[in-house]
Amino acid sequence: MATVELRFSALPEHVRTARLVAAAVARRAGVDEAVLDEVRLAVGEACSRAVGLHISSGVDSPVRVVLTEEEKRFSIEVGDDAPADPSSYAVPAARTAAGHHPDPDALDGAEDGEDQMGLAVISGLVDDVEVTTGEAGGLIRMSWPTTPDSVTP
Amino acid sequence: MDLSLSTRTVPGPDGDRTVVEVGGEIDVYTAPKLREQLVELVNDGSYHLVVDMEGVDFLDSTGLGVLVGGLKRVRAHEGSLRLVCNQERILKIFRITGLTKVFPIHTSVDEAVNAKD
Repeated sequence: MATVELRFSALPEHVRTARLVAAAVARRAGVDEAVLDEVRLAVGEACSRAVGLHISSGVDSPVRVVLTEEEKRFSIEVGDDAPADPSSYAVPAARTAAGHHPDPDALDGAEDGEDQMGLAVISGLVDDVEVTTGEAGGLIRMSWPTTPDSVTP
Repeated sequence: MDLSLSTRTVPGPDGDRTVVEVGGEIDVYTAPKLREQLVELVNDGSYHLVVDMEGVDFLDSTGLGVLVGGLKRVRAHEGSLRLVCNQERILKIFRITGLTKVFPIHTSVDEAVNAKD
């Protein structure tokens, strides 16, 4: 069972709320303080992507965020209801360019399609991440180790 | 925390530089404001920009996209866009995406303003 479940209208202004909630629950679950910034950023990226997909596909349903405290791990699932678009799970351009000298022109879509750069950031940040897409929507699942002893009161 | 923006003109060895001081969170909600500011500056003829990110608490890929867009706009006018940032958590995002190779990143506004193009 989820520890905390969040559903929000697919609007950019609610992404910050999702970040704050996820970071608060992660902290309580015992995710290392040094990693909380990564959790916050990864959840923000996943939610921004879901919001963008809902808006661009005209989907009215809310974006779902499921935060689950498991034994020794804390997992986050961000689900969208946007039908799969093959380009949305292509290898992110920015990621393949990492370490080389990316030409800003090659990042042409960066301004409008933050989608790709968002996935690049998530995959660069999170070791355990799984991105699935289907006709009914997509799901990004991420998890981080926890140290139960460090649970804050 | 919302996004705060302020601009000022600083004389440099190669001419005036426009310093854009950004504070708060740059995310999917606030990034359009930064985009508007950069577009407005370029439309008004400011092609050498220094974006001071020392007051930024949070930056995501939407913000990166806006900065890349700004860079492309000033380059179309043979201009420059330099960043000022010393915060490890922000620098990390530039490294992950390979954008440290695209943006000159400085440790102070003075250094950025005085940098040779």
